[in-house]
Amino acid sequence: MSQWKNFNKGFIRENPVFVLLLGMCPTLGVTSTALNGLGMGLATLFVLLMSNIVVSLVKDFIPDKVRIPSFIVIIATFVTIVDLVMAGYVPVLHEQLGLFIPLIVVNCIVLGRAEAFASKHSFTSSLIDGLGMGLGFTFALTLLGSVREVIGSLSLFGYKFIEGDGVLVFILPPGAFLALGYLIAVMNKLKKA
Amino acid sequence: MAKRESTFTNMLVTLFVVTLVASTALAYVYEITKEPIEAAKLAKKLAAIDQVVSEYDNNPVEDMYSISTLTGSDSLEVYPARKNGELTGVAIRSFSKNGYNGLVWIMVGLKPDGEINDVAVIEHKETPGLGNKMSDPKFKNQFRNLDPKKENLTVKKDGGNIDAITAATISSRAFCDAVQLAVASYEKGGLR
Repeated sequence: MSQWKNFNKGFIRENPVFVLLLGMCPTLGVTSTALNGLGMGLATLFVLLMSNIVVSLVKDFIPDKVRIPSFIVIIATFVTIVDLVMAGYVPVLHEQLGLFIPLIVVNCIVLGRAEAFASKHSFTSSLIDGLGMGLGFTFALTLLGSVREVIGSLSLFGYKFIEGDGVLVFILPPGAFLALGYLIAVMNKLKKA
Repeated sequence: MAKRESTFTNMLVTLFVVTLVASTALAYVYEITKEPIEAAKLAKKLAAIDQVVSEYDNNPVEDMYSISTLTGSDSLEVYPARKNGELTGVAIRSFSKNGYNGLVWIMVGLKPDGEINDVAVIEHKETPGLGNKMSDPKFKNQFRNLDPKKENLTVKKDGGNIDAITAATISSRAFCDAVQLAVASYEKGGLR
């Protein structure tokens, strides 16, 4: 598999949200606005990239039977770093995402990539895989957030283009499922075409 | 390089090293981010105080004192604002447990005569797009210059004078609740 294919698989072919359907908790939980989706996506991108890099580097030193606990400790460390750094330097975003940042630890994508990819591939491949998957996740979350924000609040990235209230249900949890369902349908159509 | 065997010693040593490195890294990051995090919290508090009281030349954070709520189970922080030694208003950090999602923290500014000067939202986890509209001027400015003794500080649905946020009556109620808590607690034990 060429590195380019390795990189771009995260966007369409193996998009973590639309195709693998992993990491649904943050996907459905924080995407009420495009900005929240983008922020959560970037935080996950960082964790995914760093944990993939570290796991691929230390994979030979870790005995098989304790690999999952070790991976989780590595992932949790990066998540806490993101949490602290966000609280210190972007308090506004941290306030919105605060509750969901610690949950990146249990995000299936991160552990999934560490276990299924980084622990079996080289440093370079893992770095590219983390980057591609992370960007694919960010793309999916931002897209979902945009759709929900446009329909639900008639604004995009906080800029209101029509006065008034949108279809409120799209901001609430059921709207997340609705929007995600339609986006997956569109993605499947695009993939077949 | 061959993978290390899963013997007891190997596993023990590996986990020990992994956790040791992780905790060292975290301690280091914690040290670096400690100051910015506290500065961000303080800045937020100061911004909220600034919003709700008129001019002052003292340091309200240093002069802070606590008052207990009517039930006595909780306490609220009171930040007095003084100019040339005279009290120009107080900012009271108040909360409500009746929000849609967790606690709603607000800052209520009172004038010396007990009228509400202004209110500001500090922290909440209400639904984005609905309950978080409590920060919009359209909602919170209703409280400006209200006299709690004359006005009924509840939403119109409950017979009060406040227009609730569309589709977020619970959040609006919680907000009113927090304002009432601040006013009532201050009347009872805050004057000094």
